Amino acid sequence: MSEEIVSRLQERFTEITPRESLDWPAVNCPARQWADLAAALREEYGYRFLMDVSGVDWKEEAPRFMVVYHLFSTRKHAYLRVAVACPEDKEPEVPSVVKVWPTADWHERETYDMFGIRFRGHPELKRILMWEDYPFHPLRKEFPLAGWETELPDREVAEQTGAKVIGAPMMGGPFVAPDEGPMSEREPRARDETWTEKNPKPKK
Amino acid sequence: MAKEATEVSYGDVLSRVSRGEGELQPDRMALSMGPSHPSTHGVLRLMLDLDGETVTRCEPVVGYLHRGDEKIAENMTYNQFVPYTDRLDYLAPLANNVAYALAVEKLAALEVPPRCQAIRVLVSEMSRVSSHLMGLGAYALDIGAMTVFLYTFTEREKLYTLFEELTGARFTTSYTRIGGVARDLPGGWLGKVDKFCDQFLPVLDDCNDLLTRNRIFLDRTEGVAEISKEDAIGYGLTGPNLRASGVPSDLRKDCPYSGYEHYEFDVPIGARGDCYDRYLVRFEEMRQSIRIIRQVIQSMPDGPWYAEEAKKIFAPPKDKVMTSMEELIQNFMIVTQGPQMPAGEVYFEAENPKGALGFYIVSKGGGVPYRLKIRSPSFCNLSILPKVARGCMIGDVVSLLGSFDFVMGECDS
Amino acid sequence: MAEQKHELAYDTKIEGDIVVTRADAAINWIRSHSMWPMPMGLACCAIELMAAASSRFDIARFGAEVMRFSPRQADVMIVAGTVTYKMAPAVRRIYDQMAAPRWVIAMGACASTGGMYRSYAVMQGVDRIVPVDVYVSGCPPRPEALLDGLLKLQKKVAGERSVQQLRVPESAQAPHSSL
Repeated sequence: MSEEIVSRLQERFTEITPRESLDWPAVNCPARQWADLAAALREEYGYRFLMDVSGVDWKEEAPRFMVVYHLFSTRKHAYLRVAVACPEDKEPEVPSVVKVWPTADWHERETYDMFGIRFRGHPELKRILMWEDYPFHPLRKEFPLAGWETELPDREVAEQTGAKVIGAPMMGGPFVAPDEGPMSEREPRARDETWTEKNPKPKK
Repeated sequence: MAKEATEVSYGDVLSRVSRGEGELQPDRMALSMGPSHPSTHGVLRLMLDLDGETVTRCEPVVGYLHRGDEKIAENMTYNQFVPYTDRLDYLAPLANNVAYALAVEKLAALEVPPRCQAIRVLVSEMSRVSSHLMGLGAYALDIGAMTVFLYTFTEREKLYTLFEELTGARFTTSYTRIGGVARDLPGGWLGKVDKFCDQFLPVLDDCNDLLTRNRIFLDRTEGVAEISKEDAIGYGLTGPNLRASGVPSDLRKDCPYSGYEHYEFDVPIGARGDCYDRYLVRFEEMRQSIRIIRQVIQSMPDGPWYAEEAKKIFAPPKDKVMTSMEELIQNFMIVTQGPQMPAGEVYFEAENPKGALGFYIVSKGGGVPYRLKIRSPSFCNLSILPKVARGCMIGDVVSLLGSFDFVMGECDS
Repeated sequence: MAEQKHELAYDTKIEGDIVVTRADAAINWIRSHSMWPMPMGLACCAIELMAAASSRFDIARFGAEVMRFSPRQADVMIVAGTVTYKMAPAVRRIYDQMAAPRWVIAMGACASTGGMYRSYAVMQGVDRIVPVDVYVSGCPPRPEALLDGLLKLQKKVAGERSVQQLRVPESAQAPHSSL
């Protein structure tokens, strides 16, 4: 059944390709065809639920940014995954599907907030989780978990308390074991070891 | 000051007026509700435009509890992330633990033994009861009925005692592991759960008597903030909020996981989709959960409570680690490098008390996820607020928020 | 009014309707046993805060059951949960709106140090923006731990030099409470 929907979609939308997946049927869709495909999926194929919108940053791979949509059909009780790659790496952009599924509104704002991916045609694309003036996109791969220094969202409070948004101290914090290297060096360690509590982080 | 005014500044109500967004009219008012407000159940903030008592515009501002869970997940092994799932929906941590473990096991294509599945169903349903009790109590408190809150909290304390005996913590349980649970059920525990169920149903009836036909409660909830089927689906509502609008969608029935197909239970749905229906659906779900719990207790299978054959995923029990060389190495590998997963991507959703909690995991192999997206039901449920709250009275907004039963820890992740 | 037959002396015995004690002791006794908390419920700890307030643990035994969501009516702010950078200014503003004397309990690991959330979005301890009197450990602390924290705060208040501090120092005046 999983292959069926993919091949049926391929007949109609020539530019989409099957996508490797461990569970649900999945397709890759180029950004220029996504708006048409989305409308058809909702109206004709019964995918009335947009469950999730998720950005992925593939780092060195091209294209770097991708938006992954998970659709759910209440009739067939099955999911469909659609991956839409952003054609541009510098200013990633895909068409918005707010008009098709209203729930995409917040999901797209979240993806914009976390990855800086813009959604063409979104009614009010602004940050949702971080504050409006926050300068970074935290889920991009080059952004460290500890964060970079910046200003508090409220200038008055920042002036009065002298507090800033600072990089979180990582010593003893989240740590992982690297996948490669000799066994003796694979013990868990802080992911970012360039600075510790004793050697403060260099100013950016 | 218009340019400098930021999101959190209290000045922005003033600045919006000074920018001339709408003439300054005696009946019009901009009201910032939250982020610290008793009825917003955490740190939700609503920017309301009022015309007299009527809400003309409602803009929720979320993110005040954004802790970076998804980024944290990319920086640690699969098992290390389990404690963070406790703190997503902190009213039902066990259900989150189970949903997360199931998602990662789906990635590993790992089937856990029947006893483990039954334990997971049991704890999920118990946490559903616990979460709905909290929702019910807080809802009643919000609209002025304090007694129910004390009743439900007494029951929650009993559940907490049971959780504590099982997991060692009252509600940050971290009970599941990838490929199993942290420990087997303690002796005699099932009997205690059974006893709890016996005395719980009469208490539920008491709450029912206090609220369901209560004139004041009816006036505050009936016909308030109705959500149509189409809107509920379009805005991606899940869980009781969706079912109250008359959509019989429950993942436990639709895509059964962890052996839910073995148990008999009904899925209550509402007719109108108003606050009262949402309350009734939650109420009935608690009764159904008790039904499932009883079935699980009666049919609890024997056998192993973790996937014994998954040597690269589940760390062996401590007594074996201390006595056998092979298990010691296995334990060391899993603790240092994390459970070994294949490359690929999966999406899994579980029917949590608040709705469908989904995990989208992208793996490049190894013990650390490349990307982990949390689809939080509260986040999607709240996104319908601007549409529903428009036209409500200001007092109804409180009623509406309570009936949504959201948790900001999960919404903002 | 004191009647003539009782003699005034430096004595803490109750004699008729007169108690003689130090003003500090009397003020502190009153203050410490009627702490009205401002429940700054931010995250998971708020649930344990509610548990502490409800039937089993009953914070009323220690005179702190009057949860006031208005900072103007509160004495002690219980910061229960993770303080994110986005939320921090709001916490500070609410603290500023509280009337002196005021105290702060940082409940749980997140409020005390950032706890397990060492990430870009979480303030590493609420003491970066407000002065904290008592830190309660735990993730989340059990209600008993919170009650213990409250008792510790009562003890601290009992030792304060309240009469000297009746004149509010300028640093404690609330500059942001105009709105």
